[in-house]
Amino acid sequence: MSLPFLLEIGTEEIPDWMIPSAAKQLDELFQDLLDRTRLGGTISSVDATPRRLVVRAQGISDRQPDSEELVLGPPKSAGPGAATGFARKMGTTPDRLSTESTPRGEYFAFKKHSKGQPATEILATELPQLILKIYFPKTMYWNGKGSERFIRPIRWLVALLGDAIVPFSIAGVEAGSVTRGHRQLGSQHIPVTTENYAEQLRSSFVELNFDERLLRIGSQGDLDLARTLAYMTEWPTPIEGTFDAGFLTLPAEVLTTVMRHHQRYFSVKDAHGNLLPRFVAIMNTDSDPEGLVRRGNERVLRARFNDARFFWEQDQKKPLEDRLEDLKHVTFQARLGSFFQKTERVVALVKELGGDQNSQRAALLAKCDLTTDMVKEFTDLQGIVGGLYARVQGEHKEVSQAIYDHYKPLSMEGEIPSTETGRIVALADKWDTLVSCFNVGLLPTGSKDPLGLRRAAQGVVRIVVEGQVKFDFPGMNDALREFMRDRIETYFRDHRGFAYDEVRACMAAGWADLVDLQSRLERVQAIRPTPDFEPIAASFKRIKNILEQAKFSERIAVLANLLEPGPEQDLYQEIRRGEGQPLESRIAALRPKVDLFFDKVLVNAPDQAVRHNRLTLLLNLLNEFSEIADFSEIVTQTNEPKN
Amino acid sequence: MSEPTFQDTVFQLKQYWATRGCIIQEPYDLEVGAGTMAPETFLRVLGPQPYRVAYVQPSRRPADGRYGENPNRLYKHQQLQVILKPSPADVMDQYLGSLAAIGIDLRKHDIKFEEDNWEAPTLGAWGIGWQVMLDGLEITQFTYFQQCGGIDLDLVPAELTYGLERLVAFIQNVESVYDIEWAPGVPYRDVRFEDERQFSIYNFELADVPTLWTLFDLHEKECQRLLTEFKKRHCVLPAYDQALKCSHIFNLLDSRGAISVTERVGVIARVRKLALGVAEMWMTPEEAA
Repeated sequence: MSLPFLLEIGTEEIPDWMIPSAAKQLDELFQDLLDRTRLGGTISSVDATPRRLVVRAQGISDRQPDSEELVLGPPKSAGPGAATGFARKMGTTPDRLSTESTPRGEYFAFKKHSKGQPATEILATELPQLILKIYFPKTMYWNGKGSERFIRPIRWLVALLGDAIVPFSIAGVEAGSVTRGHRQLGSQHIPVTTENYAEQLRSSFVELNFDERLLRIGSQGDLDLARTLAYMTEWPTPIEGTFDAGFLTLPAEVLTTVMRHHQRYFSVKDAHGNLLPRFVAIMNTDSDPEGLVRRGNERVLRARFNDARFFWEQDQKKPLEDRLEDLKHVTFQARLGSFFQKTERVVALVKELGGDQNSQRAALLAKCDLTTDMVKEFTDLQGIVGGLYARVQGEHKEVSQAIYDHYKPLSMEGEIPSTETGRIVALADKWDTLVSCFNVGLLPTGSKDPLGLRRAAQGVVRIVVEGQVKFDFPGMNDALREFMRDRIETYFRDHRGFAYDEVRACMAAGWADLVDLQSRLERVQAIRPTPDFEPIAASFKRIKNILEQAKFSERIAVLANLLEPGPEQDLYQEIRRGEGQPLESRIAALRPKVDLFFDKVLVNAPDQAVRHNRLTLLLNLLNEFSEIADFSEIVTQTNEPKN
Repeated sequence: MSEPTFQDTVFQLKQYWATRGCIIQEPYDLEVGAGTMAPETFLRVLGPQPYRVAYVQPSRRPADGRYGENPNRLYKHQQLQVILKPSPADVMDQYLGSLAAIGIDLRKHDIKFEEDNWEAPTLGAWGIGWQVMLDGLEITQFTYFQQCGGIDLDLVPAELTYGLERLVAFIQNVESVYDIEWAPGVPYRDVRFEDERQFSIYNFELADVPTLWTLFDLHEKECQRLLTEFKKRHCVLPAYDQALKCSHIFNLLDSRGAISVTERVGVIARVRKLALGVAEMWMTPEEAA
């Protein structure tokens, strides 16, 4: 008989950002359970709200199929005594043992029949382990020292196979068939079956389905926030509130940050993208009949905006430039001194990179907003606030925009600074952080990267490549070189979609100039599908091996008089003919000559002078192309012949 | 006046928790930054003894002072602190019940529990929990303590910390805490404004930094001396008082801008060491000492 299954783990409110991963794990762990225990069936849905993780399945056998397993015992040579012992262990008698031949000799063996267990029993054993196996970044215990750990206390469990409860308990909570509805709106005692579970919850104001909750919210022009809210609520309902239009004199960035990050409200814009004095809040309830929720949220927002206005006005009393001195008291990093010192280094670096007066000015003022009340309150707005203040304080537009942008890109997908001035300041700021940290041995380890060095390095790579900045990684030590090589490889491979061997090959030919590296990559990628490319890459690999085996690296000229007429002369002529021409136009002509050379000419000639000359010919050929890429790094289909 | 006064709300909350088995304590009589620091929480959560207590704790945060000019920020605010050790399985329902008890009809409001894991580095204490949001306003910090004084807790207490000013301003629907009606006809302003103004002047301008450093050193030494004496005389609570003094002086120095970021880490470590020493001593049975 096959049965439907339901497991609901009822908890106190799980942090929204951990829920998707928990649901995914529940899915995988339960699938693994079905596979391991041979109970069959398929998972029909996995759902999650802040208060419950749910997996439902169909077609689960009520009993595991019987199984048969051949168990090998002691070697036959061990004698009847050993056989008796083995038989006893297997719960049988020696006459029921068989003999199995193996490459290592004959062994006593027993065909062990296992009767399939009832599914309920298996699930009762497996489910508690499964639940506690779900990984969360930070867990707690709630029943006293040494008790079970989970993300938040487990308060109820529903576990049904067909109509039967799967009996188990975790942390004193017995699995049953009773769930709970919405905290304020629903019943706290809802008997359910596998069939009516979702419906029963819906009538108790819990929408189990994430997409349905998203629909209730509406995207409101910000899907990330909508998703967050869908994982913070069981019955989301939007309400619209307003604020005094007078606050619109504050910068939109500040207003939006307050609404989105601090209050999780959606901001509302008109058709031209200008903020309107309105917001949308998402309640975890069905309605706001007396307008109390709206009024409450408006009140909170008003207080927040008043704070922001106060900070703005206070901060203007001391222009950015006058805050430079204060940066002496703001630590950048204990071993790297203050932000004042960092600023001095970044200004010098901007100058070294050829930055003009505006970029130097922007670099000088870039960190001054760290001492403003606004940034102390809204740390996400560092840089942005500095840029806004610079603008109202009469700095050049180039300067204020550069300050505004200098933390960009904030992520792999985020924009790089929009102006050249901004790019040079952002680059110098990040590069200074990297060089300084690596110089004192502050390296990211494993998942730990408190100073955001990986992000800084990615930012450097993206600004240089996408902003076409001339940059040669000044002052890099060996550890940083390794680190950067890694980031560059990742960038071109994972974010730009170049094949990993193309990236390796091109980087092996140098990466001091990333703009050049990018154009070489594009060339290699473009010729790669041409029919002659892979064979010639394979030949290059062969050439490299030959040279390595011969330990040959002398860079001398080929002696034309030592060349044998035929394939060797032909190859030489072909190389000469194509000199100075781009790779793309040469490989088609070159390939047959190279092939013929390897076919007909013995590199390891008995005459030492001839041998040397042939190695020289190959070395020159290799060197000529290795400015673009080390083609021996290209993974080819062609089998490499042994020389 | 239909809305309950500030003191009405305090009475109702105390009454509510008293009927749920809490001892109603009075505030601790030293300067503390939060209700957690009172020995009724910091020391009582340690060890295997169940305990339930509730008290209002005036909490001093010198750097938050605004000379009485900011409608929402105070140098000293009142917390209602509840400790339920061990936390009962229906602790959240009990908490929501307390809101109903002070007249908040949850059917007409929006309640959310947003992740907020509390941590007090100077106390070697942390827990897992939420900030409770009522119509977008944070009204309570809800924490399951996990560690205190660097010690894993035997029983997990639930700590509920109500921010009374915010909560009552919400209930009375006033924009400024100073407009809260504390007692019938008596605004919060009349009770507390001078307190805020004068202490802001002291904390930000007049507190003498060398004197504060001297005091810090003296209290630290006294605490250390008691911790050493411990082998002979069991004197935990007085040692803890000295540690609290250090913690408050540290906050004062901070609001005077006298502690650089680099120094900060060091001073926090000094206070923490005292707190950890006290917690360890508290957990050591007297005869074993």
